[in-house]
Amino acid sequence: MQTKRPRSILPGFGLSLGFTLTYLGLIVLFPLLLVFIKASGLGWSGIVHAISTDRVLAACRLTFGLSALACVLNCGFGLIIAWVLVRYNFPGRGFLDASVDLPFAMPTAVAGIALTGIYAPNGWIGSWLAPYGIKVAFAPTGILIALVFTGLPFVVRTLQPVLEDFEIAQEEAAASLGATRGQTFRRVVFPQLAPALVTGTTLAFARAVGEYGSVVFIAGNMPGKTEIVPLLIITKLEQFDYQGATALAALMLLISFALLLLINFLQRKILVRNVL
Amino acid sequence: MSVQTRSTQDPLWARLLLTGVTLTFLGLFLFVPLASVFVEAFRKGLAVYAAAITEENARSAIVLTLTLAAICVPLNAVFGVTAAWCIAKFSFKGKSLLLALIDLPFAVSPVVSGLVYVLMFGANGLFGAWLRQHHIQIIFAVPGMALATIFVTFPFVARELIPLMQAQGNDQEYAALSLGATGWQTFLRVTLPNIKWALFYGIILCNARAMGEFGAVSVVSGHIRGETNTLPLHVEVLYNEYNSAAAFACASILSLLGLLTLATKTFIEWRAGLRRRNS
Repeated sequence: MQTKRPRSILPGFGLSLGFTLTYLGLIVLFPLLLVFIKASGLGWSGIVHAISTDRVLAACRLTFGLSALACVLNCGFGLIIAWVLVRYNFPGRGFLDASVDLPFAMPTAVAGIALTGIYAPNGWIGSWLAPYGIKVAFAPTGILIALVFTGLPFVVRTLQPVLEDFEIAQEEAAASLGATRGQTFRRVVFPQLAPALVTGTTLAFARAVGEYGSVVFIAGNMPGKTEIVPLLIITKLEQFDYQGATALAALMLLISFALLLLINFLQRKILVRNVL
Repeated sequence: MSVQTRSTQDPLWARLLLTGVTLTFLGLFLFVPLASVFVEAFRKGLAVYAAAITEENARSAIVLTLTLAAICVPLNAVFGVTAAWCIAKFSFKGKSLLLALIDLPFAVSPVVSGLVYVLMFGANGLFGAWLRQHHIQIIFAVPGMALATIFVTFPFVARELIPLMQAQGNDQEYAALSLGATGWQTFLRVTLPNIKWALFYGIILCNARAMGEFGAVSVVSGHIRGETNTLPLHVEVLYNEYNSAAAFACASILSLLGLLTLATKTFIEWRAGLRRRNS
């Protein structure tokens, strides 16, 4: 490759690259960079001071803990759902397959109030659980349910193409060599699904830690108890605590970037792209 | 599926169990919430429903939501086509970095996506003083909400087009150019027809997110009733006022939009053989 001109007779390289970089720079890169510039203006001690309050730490524990738990659940159920959708034939399979994208297509606020309505103490499911003293809405369990809802398609949609391309012959070979169905799954199928499963779960985690709309209604939003980090950022903004909000946003951005790098690395490993 | 022989088929009990788990899980997490939106919306009858979605604040929220989509979707569609053209048709240094940067907005929390524009254009922001002097309102007004929406829907069109155009290669464009077509003619008559379904697919997804976005828009909106409330924000306001029937009525419009998006998306996948986004 020479310096500037790529070897192509197609026109429009300079124009399209120029427009792409300008638009990307103005809309995405400069605003994100500004968060770090503003955060660095607080100084190291300022950032630590803003982040290490009890309220922030509690919100971080809650957000990351529940996101991780939601991912574990999605990992298990997502694997089962992807397996059933790819391997089994039953009436309505196409419909179920399409409906897995529902959490992508439904606005988060709608999902939020719908889940809250169902799991509130007087809701369809909540009223069944209330007599046993199980509180779902306005408690950490409610946040968990909202995060499972938003994360599910990431896991299923990452696994499906890998399962579809899977060579049945490998399973036949295992079976013909005397492996039981369970052994075949554990030793032959699962190891090849594992990278996609990790990728999908990481995507779901990245989404969960930043999720706001579907969580904020069901959470209850009690400081220190059911307050997630994105909500805390908004609260700080509304109290004109711009420094605290900026410091928290910078922290969240760093975590997002780290997860994005990890996802890119994993995707290159398994050559699955574009499932988000 | 038919190639599966007996030896590679799961035992009946496993098939029944796993299918049961799938149906229960999807039912509980997807279909019950969806159904509940419509049940709650019509709980107080058709008249209340009709009143809730035709009331003045609801109408202005719908208009604002449509306006924002009308601003953001075309801009991101133009960006998506342009970015795909330069990334898929040419080879240059730093391409994979550029690809990763385009995906960046998906990894950012919606709340942070809104916050960045408050830091830029808010009263205490980078350009805050200058904007105040010139009486330009960006935050708590339509421009700020449009920017936040553009940010969160940024990658949708580009990431549908790039893999497809990379797979298609440049041969057809070369042929057109060698037959004397200009660059624009080549793009309009050769490239565009080849990517039309993927473009439409990206636009549908971009539009659904633009109309449904909550977190990012919430940060920059200021929640001024009848002025800066989009439909999702209007739902929140009604819900917090314990006006549940009206909240769910407005939510049902957004749900219909989501269902329409899903149906169109499934149709395009079937029509164009675009097997999801990995084809």
